[in-house]
Amino acid sequence: MSRQQVLVDADWVAEHAGDPNVVIVEVDEDTTAYDGGHIAGAVKLDWKKDLQDPVRRDFISKEQFEKLLSERGISNDDTVLLYGGNNNWFAAYAYWYFKLYGHENVLLLDGGRKKWELDARELSTEQVTRPATSYSAKAPNLDIRAFRDEVVKAIGSRSLVDVRSPDEYAGRLLAPAHLPQEQAQRGGHIPTAINVPWSKAANDDGTFKADDDLKELYSEAGLDWSDDIIAYCRIGERSAHTWFVLHEILDQENVKNYDGSWTEYGSLVGVPVAVGDEPGSA
Amino acid sequence: MCGATTGGVSLEGVDLSKEAVIQGRVLRAGEPVPGAYVRLLDSSGEFTAEVPTSATGQFRFFAGDGTWTLRTLAPGTKADRTVVAARGRVAEIDVELGAA
Repeated sequence: MSRQQVLVDADWVAEHAGDPNVVIVEVDEDTTAYDGGHIAGAVKLDWKKDLQDPVRRDFISKEQFEKLLSERGISNDDTVLLYGGNNNWFAAYAYWYFKLYGHENVLLLDGGRKKWELDARELSTEQVTRPATSYSAKAPNLDIRAFRDEVVKAIGSRSLVDVRSPDEYAGRLLAPAHLPQEQAQRGGHIPTAINVPWSKAANDDGTFKADDDLKELYSEAGLDWSDDIIAYCRIGERSAHTWFVLHEILDQENVKNYDGSWTEYGSLVGVPVAVGDEPGSA
Repeated sequence: MCGATTGGVSLEGVDLSKEAVIQGRVLRAGEPVPGAYVRLLDSSGEFTAEVPTSATGQFRFFAGDGTWTLRTLAPGTKADRTVVAARGRVAEIDVELGAA
């Protein structure tokens, strides 16, 4: 993949208004944002209600994903354009999720909802319904998803990238600062992980930085491009944003998102934890 | 004015002894601005969090002890304000935007 194949702008949205093979999907952390106004024709996915198993901590199954997309009127050969708030955190998470279940044509709107709003573009409150489809998902592609045992084994042997803010990395904060800080897990990071906050890959308006700036950002932080890379954050949405940068924009192979992330790792019994601003040793 | 007069955001359910709250409103000509984006930057200028303002122009962060910068983005304008937060108290700040 490359930037041209995965990122589009508002002009693209205008050019494809009414295209029956394009489905615009808004994915938010604040799931009420969509109801207050959305891009014309967009349907909504609730990252928590729709994309998480209601009982276990895991994704919905292949069958549940098929049912969800069929109900939303998304076909296998549709181009899905994702956008959302929080600088596209959850839209990037959904992008990664669609790729995990093998959807071919997925795009991200550069800058997401924020840039759309800052450019004072139109939002619609019209209810959107699409005729149901019969969606068929593939088996999950685990080449792009990491689990905890693999992460523990990666300490000191593979490249771990912690994409949270410096204060979360160091253990001074336990969650992004728009959320209450009272959490069960310990503070800190996985030893040997470098800290490259997701936000360094984005401009203030939420758009991604230029390819050369992105490459320089990770190189300067000490990322070994020849190595397998695992990105993580707190719950896997900001690291999906970084996964998108590395795997989709910069076309880097062997990048996984560890969606268990710090809420899982920081609660594990017996695993090593590093506190402070330095990566620490294996 | 960074007074304590905003008082609109309920702190019900928040354990203030554990939180360093920064909250306030975004205003233009004294009127609340909904849907502005407020970013919280740490003392080195690094992004820490971002929220859109509510229908009544309000925002809130749960930070840590120290000095923070609030960067507010709204169509056609941007404003930076410095704020000091401490666990156990609420730092109230109103951000007044210039004309768009």
